[in-house]
Amino acid sequence: MESPAEKSVRFLSQVPAGQTVRLVRIAGGHGLTLRLAGMGLVPNVPLEVLRNDSRGQIIVQVKNTKIVLGRGMSEKLEVAPL
Amino acid sequence: MDASGKKAEWLVALAGNPNSGKTTVFNALTGTRQHTGNYPGVTVEKKEGICRIDGRTLRIVDLPGVYSLTAYSMEELVARRFLLQEKPDVVVDVVDASNLERHLYLAVQLMEMKVPLVLAFNMSDVARQRGLEFDLEQLSALLGAPIVPLVATKGEGIDELKKTIVRCAEQVLPVPAEIRYGPELEEAIGKIESVLDEDHPLIRSYGRRWTALKLLEGDSEIQEQIRSPQVSDVLHQVRQHLTAVFKESPEVLIAERRYGFISGACQETVRQTVLKRQDFSDRMDAVLTHRYAGLPIFAVLMYIVFYLTFQVGAWPQGWLEDGFTYLAQLIGRFWPEGVSGEIKSLLIDGVIAGVGGVVVFLPNILLLFLGIAFLEDSGYMARAAFIMDRLMHRIGLHGKSFIPMLIGFGCSVPAIMATRILEERRTRLATMLVIPLMSCGARITIYGLLIPAFFPAPLRGPMMWLIYLIGIGLAIVCVRLLRSTLLKGESVPFVMELPPYRLPTLRGLLLHMWDRGWLYLRKAGTVILALSVVMWAATRYPRPPKDILPAGESQQRRLELDYSLAGRIGKWMEPAIRPLGFDWKIGTAMIGAAMAKEMFVSQMSIVYSISGEEDLERLREHIRRDYSTLQGFCVMLFCLISTPCVATVAVTRRESGAWKWALLQFGGLTALAYLVTLLVYQGGRLVSFLTA
Ligand SMILES: Nc1nc2c(ncn2[C@@H]2O[C@H](COP(=O)(O)OP(=O)(O)OP(=O)(O)O)[C@@H](O)[C@H]2O)c(=O)[nH]1
Ligand SMILES: [Mg+2]
Repeated sequence: MESPAEKSVRFLSQVPAGQTVRLVRIAGGHGLTLRLAGMGLVPNVPLEVLRNDSRGQIIVQVKNTKIVLGRGMSEKLEVAPL
Repeated sequence: MDASGKKAEWLVALAGNPNSGKTTVFNALTGTRQHTGNYPGVTVEKKEGICRIDGRTLRIVDLPGVYSLTAYSMEELVARRFLLQEKPDVVVDVVDASNLERHLYLAVQLMEMKVPLVLAFNMSDVARQRGLEFDLEQLSALLGAPIVPLVATKGEGIDELKKTIVRCAEQVLPVPAEIRYGPELEEAIGKIESVLDEDHPLIRSYGRRWTALKLLEGDSEIQEQIRSPQVSDVLHQVRQHLTAVFKESPEVLIAERRYGFISGACQETVRQTVLKRQDFSDRMDAVLTHRYAGLPIFAVLMYIVFYLTFQVGAWPQGWLEDGFTYLAQLIGRFWPEGVSGEIKSLLIDGVIAGVGGVVVFLPNILLLFLGIAFLEDSGYMARAAFIMDRLMHRIGLHGKSFIPMLIGFGCSVPAIMATRILEERRTRLATMLVIPLMSCGARITIYGLLIPAFFPAPLRGPMMWLIYLIGIGLAIVCVRLLRSTLLKGESVPFVMELPPYRLPTLRGLLLHMWDRGWLYLRKAGTVILALSVVMWAATRYPRPPKDILPAGESQQRRLELDYSLAGRIGKWMEPAIRPLGFDWKIGTAMIGAAMAKEMFVSQMSIVYSISGEEDLERLREHIRRDYSTLQGFCVMLFCLISTPCVATVAVTRRESGAWKWALLQFGGLTALAYLVTLLVYQGGRLVSFLTA
């Protein structure tokens, strides 16, 4: 059985538009982690999903910036409710 | 250096996140006009310029935009190597003041390198609109670097920036603040520091702390340079320890602490007076990136760009044609007696026919680049990447590849440079190789000559679309082929910042348009002019002996052509191109087109020039008389696909780093062109034979 805590961990790709979540972890290599960090995507930062058409590509708002995460990228970001 | 130890020349680097306005600042400082645009990754190569102030010379270097100073992308490496190796006297970090926290992340890394830093708070106008107020004095004290607010597009604050740069270069300024990373990380940094060799050049320049921090971050380039087994051991040990304690890799911890430091500094010094979101951009995005409407809107925008180029461009084109005809007649009428007729022929049949035939397309080129500049400056380019991501995935690329392809409709050379925004090498190479299939501006001249020659007015628009679509279709096929053979690999997902929409300024658009137009004119005045003279000579000499000349001017001209060098070369290559429906005249024009696509039209006008008749309509009549519609179509097809021009091959060689890719592009596309044209011509002949 999943515990409630585990259940609340999802991937960014599953978050519908309009919701704000907290970034938990980036499941990617060293390079990706550093690159995303430069764009403000570090653990615990709030992400507002602006567009998610369930086709993979997503637009999120981080602080004051909008960032497109192409297909495949949004599945690498683990998020949790705020 | 003079006696007082003061240099009169300083090296100044402009660093900053992508799209923060570095190039705009660079242009304002140096009075140049490097290309700017409202999407990340416009500048891909460092550019140098000179700025003079009070008898001093500032050598300014515009670096590609980077989010941080790691060693993972080409831009980051270019920027970092420049900072490490050239050791600029001052580094100006251009930050977007309306988006401070994110942009200061790079500033913090520069502070840690202990470079002499000036912070340029650009886009102060946008920050003001968003109701942001800064306590610059306190913020400057907290960060330990002077801050200059700017509005680079209007030139506001540029003088102050110059003065600050000089002050920073000539006086010792406050030491940048040092970020503390908390007890565990500090302990780890200390442990690494203690095993570093003091004499290593890297450490002598940048200190133990910076080197240790970079090592802890897992920086591969620094690790390679240090290369000490003892350091590796300690590094391994502390990384493991930290990961066990925090369940987080050290580089993530470091990044988090940096953002923590920044948000601490901003909390005390930045006030938001009105809470306002950038709702204009949000509303635009709701429509332009809409799930269903996005793609059709994109199609409409492209339609408008090409409508402008061809339909609206046709009017001024007509005026230019009239102008050149008039000029040729004028020269013909007032040619002084006694001055050689050969020179008159060179002027009229060579220069005016060759160069004029190309220059008349200037309006179309200007309008095409106006359209592209609008897409670039408005911020739509990055949205197009988003919209196209899904489709591009189907062919093994991703949305970002679409930006260089779009630029390719203007010119392949900047488009191939723009592939640098693609991080992954295979994706980048695949994109680079097919860019010539995006029909470029120079090829407009060929379609502009041939389509009206063979097709009635209502069919001209659709024909033009057909040609462009064939190019795109072939590009898709080629990319799929490349991605499943030579350049196989998973497509790496992309991230890209979406800039806020900005209304492009008329001045910016016109300047951009003019710069491109000027390039086109310059090419017409140099390369095309020179080649036209060569072609003129090749179609005129050697001359047939007088006694075999038949009567009648056009018969004479035909014999002269057969007898000339171009005629002989053309005849020699004719067997190879005959199956495509080309005769020797088209063949020699194709050789010209391989140098520069515009040469096709120049060459045709030279071949067909009969003194004094220099307008395109006349030329079209001749062409219509000599060739069938099918042949005309095949010529366009061949020019669309074949032999990227010399400049394209050269830039592909440089950007791919190897001749083999440039040769593959050249050979592959030429072979493809031959094959496709052969099929179409022979197929077309068969059909007309069967239906006749
Ligand atoms: N409102 C406003 N816009 C600006 C300002 N400075 C630059 N811009 C605009 O911001 C956009 C980006 O400017 P660039 O100079 O191309 O930015 P860059 O930092 O060189 O970008 P990359 O080369 O992609 O790294 C352009 O559309 C500029 O017109 C400013 O002070 N205010
Ligand atoms: Mg730039």
